[in-house]
Amino acid sequence: MIVRISGEGQYRLDDDHHGKLDELDNAVVGAVDGGDEDGFHASFEELLQFVRGNGQRLADDDLEASDHILPPADLTFPEAGEEFSGDGLIPEPS
Amino acid sequence: MPGMSGRFSTVVKAKINKLLDKAEDPAETLDYSYQKQLENLQNVKKGIADIVTAKKRLQMQSSKIEQSVVKLDTQARQALASGNEDLARVALERKNVAQTELQGLDQQIVELESQQQKLIDSEQQLRSKVEAFRTKKEVIKAQYNAAEAQVRISEAATGVGEQMADVGLAMQRAVDKTENMKARADAVSELEAAGTFDDLTALGSGDDDIDKQLKELSTASVVDDELAKMKAELGAGSSQPQGQIEGGEGQ
Repeated sequence: MIVRISGEGQYRLDDDHHGKLDELDNAVVGAVDGGDEDGFHASFEELLQFVRGNGQRLADDDLEASDHILPPADLTFPEAGEEFSGDGLIPEPS
Repeated sequence: MPGMSGRFSTVVKAKINKLLDKAEDPAETLDYSYQKQLENLQNVKKGIADIVTAKKRLQMQSSKIEQSVVKLDTQARQALASGNEDLARVALERKNVAQTELQGLDQQIVELESQQQKLIDSEQQLRSKVEAFRTKKEVIKAQYNAAEAQVRISEAATGVGEQMADVGLAMQRAVDKTENMKARADAVSELEAAGTFDDLTALGSGDDDIDKQLKELSTASVVDDELAKMKAELGAGSSQPQGQIEGGEGQ
């Protein structure tokens, strides 16, 4: 599967990493829902490091689409909250 | 994935579809996609230029205020040396406000630099993908019939579309940050216009509106501490009568 870290690039990961990725992703959501800012930064960083560490960076001229897209690494805690409640990071297309 | 990335992927993909769906006539899609990609690249370039402009404005303000800090510090010392503690206090209050603004500005300049670098990287990635798309488009057109070429090129366009959506997001974030910074730069300009960082020699005894506002803005304890430190450095102890300009002359 291909995972993009927004603002950074795309990584190809073995499909058997899917479970771990899910687990890390849910930890981020848990921290955001629980209002745990430190927990959010720690778990989000862990998620990104997992992708960077286990993935193979795609070449810039690769035209494959991603299966999953992660928010940018400098996502703030309030932005993460909006990601679930409001319009999200990206304004609705006009 | 249902979590963080699930929500985020959905939003980005909705944006990609919006980008790609504009051309309804399939025959037009191929060239339309490429046209759109080139336009997008131009927009990114413009976005980078805007950030550079915003950064330059902040840098100019920063260096001006830096000069004010040095000047006000010197004036506080001079005032204290000549026994005018009130004037020294006004100068230090101004210096305190100027330093706070300076810290804020410098931090924002660093942030803008990082935004700029990210956009430059994203632009490079987009440029590579657009170039790859152009090549691939020609190859596919030559090898397949129109209907099949359409499908294959659409797939390739999705990859570029994703990059465009991602650059769009990076630009949006940069613009938001720049807007915030404009607000700060404007606030600093207002302080400047009000004479906050002005030369103190052009000032009266120091109880006008500006000074009242300054007393509210600056942290009294910081000013007190600095004043005490300055006194100690100058050897101008508490024995020196306040406000007497003659008192400290001859140093």
